[in-house]
Amino acid sequence: MHPAFSVIFLTTLLGVGQGLFMALITAQTYTLVELVHVEESSSFYALGTLLVLVFVALALFASFFHLGRPERAWRTPSQWRTSWLSREVIALPVFGAIAFIYGAIQWFGWDFEVTKIGDFSLPFSLLVGVVGVAASFTLFLCTGMIYACIRFLQEWATPLTVVNFILLGLASGFTVATVYATFTAPGLIAMFGGWAIVFTVVAAITRISALIRNSRIKPKSTPTTAIGVRHSKIRQTAQGAMGGSFNTREYFHGKSAGFLVFMKWGFLAMVFVIPLFLLVIGLSQKLSVLILAAAVIQYLGLIMERWFFFAQANHPQNIYYQVA
Amino acid sequence: MTQLALIIDLNVCVGCSACVTSCKEWNTSGSAGPMTDFNAYGHDPTGTFFNRVQSFEIGEYPHTEMVHFPKSCLHCEEPPCVPVCPTGASYKREEDGIVLVDYDKCVGCKYCSWACPYGAREIDESQKVMKKCTLCVDRIYDTSLPEDRRQPACVLACPTSARIFGDVHDEYSEVSRLIREEGGYQLMPEWGTNPANHYLPRRKAKIKIQREDLERVENPLKDENFTKPSDDDLTLEDSSWI
Repeated sequence: MHPAFSVIFLTTLLGVGQGLFMALITAQTYTLVELVHVEESSSFYALGTLLVLVFVALALFASFFHLGRPERAWRTPSQWRTSWLSREVIALPVFGAIAFIYGAIQWFGWDFEVTKIGDFSLPFSLLVGVVGVAASFTLFLCTGMIYACIRFLQEWATPLTVVNFILLGLASGFTVATVYATFTAPGLIAMFGGWAIVFTVVAAITRISALIRNSRIKPKSTPTTAIGVRHSKIRQTAQGAMGGSFNTREYFHGKSAGFLVFMKWGFLAMVFVIPLFLLVIGLSQKLSVLILAAAVIQYLGLIMERWFFFAQANHPQNIYYQVA
Repeated sequence: MTQLALIIDLNVCVGCSACVTSCKEWNTSGSAGPMTDFNAYGHDPTGTFFNRVQSFEIGEYPHTEMVHFPKSCLHCEEPPCVPVCPTGASYKREEDGIVLVDYDKCVGCKYCSWACPYGAREIDESQKVMKKCTLCVDRIYDTSLPEDRRQPACVLACPTSARIFGDVHDEYSEVSRLIREEGGYQLMPEWGTNPANHYLPRRKAKIKIQREDLERVENPLKDENFTKPSDDDLTLEDSSWI
């Protein structure tokens, strides 16, 4: 497939925003049971949520560049019964709205105690936050299933696609949360950073699993099934277009095999190896600049990862366009 | 239920692309148009087509055979492109099974084209909406046309009758008979899309000739008791002269 930057930015920015929101709610849950302490907690959560909304808004902005007729985007939620894209279009603003409500409760101090669990008081904002986390997981599921549900794109048609979207979002979100904590809440750096390392390691395992799975794929469609002629030597001599067509532009990445290998090892280094290295040193030596570098490098790596995700998918229609 | 479809006979297709040009001509000026071209007379001409003729070389020299392969939307009975559409612009008609795009609803997200394993959908770069074969839905029901002309433009243009149009759900239709008797098959059956369009394979016209077909079994020359008359013997014809 031809990787479109609109979709690359949409999925990566959305992942960071969702992961960051989950990090904030994790922090609030920790404070509930007094595992960590947050100074000026209201503004910490409110500004953190503002950061989440900035990521979501940027993602939404990027997504419009993928549409040929963006003025008709209002129609896109209508087919939620059958289309994962429709479901994502609904889940995205739902998540954004819940995050906004959560931020508003924190900023304006509308929080109140709902009930007591043992000695700990359960604030209303945390309930909203947990609903937001559920919305975030739903959004991850919808985004991942857009790709995983196309059965003949065999590189995508696996539960690992959804798992990787979730774990890569959590990893990048918690890394950004660690950066946010270095500026606002030093007491949370260790907790955020610890989870960032855990999620990055687990995401590395599942993403590499997907790479191994995809390297072993046997394409179900062959030139024989495509044109129905039983012969092992089928060579295309004309594709019905001289200067290319939508079919040659949309489904081929147009880069060399060497560039694909470069992107694969590039994202493995930049999403997993280098950020892990920087996070471990940054956290142990208390060097916030390394943590910031980890977040920036990991995000750039995610752009490469998503580019590779699209480029690696081999569409069966390409059999009809062999001489592209 | 009706399922209109095309049968494409690869045995007689000569790859002349008359179906391509007649499709373009009819549809670019019809309700599905325009089908915009870019650099039409330039170095890299490109544009939107509903139907393309591709060519494949089968085998290795000198044992090769050329197969010309017209490809358009197959109007699948289980179209994977329809449920993925977020706006409902992509739909399959209940009454005749034609898969269509509502150009006024399409948001141009290209997701339906990703969900088509055949590459039958092409985005119109000027209108920014997805386009595909309509089976000439604006022709086949047009009562102002003579009845035998109510067929897709590509079918009418084909000089070798390699394209046959009809209802594949009607067992007694010509298209159903061809699928049944001439070995009609579907493309990429592995994805369960159940395409309505069928292709007829290359068929070699061969007859088996037995030795007996060349030499009569009852050939009197083979009879052991038969003695060839000598030139001196009178024949029946000779006797009539006497």
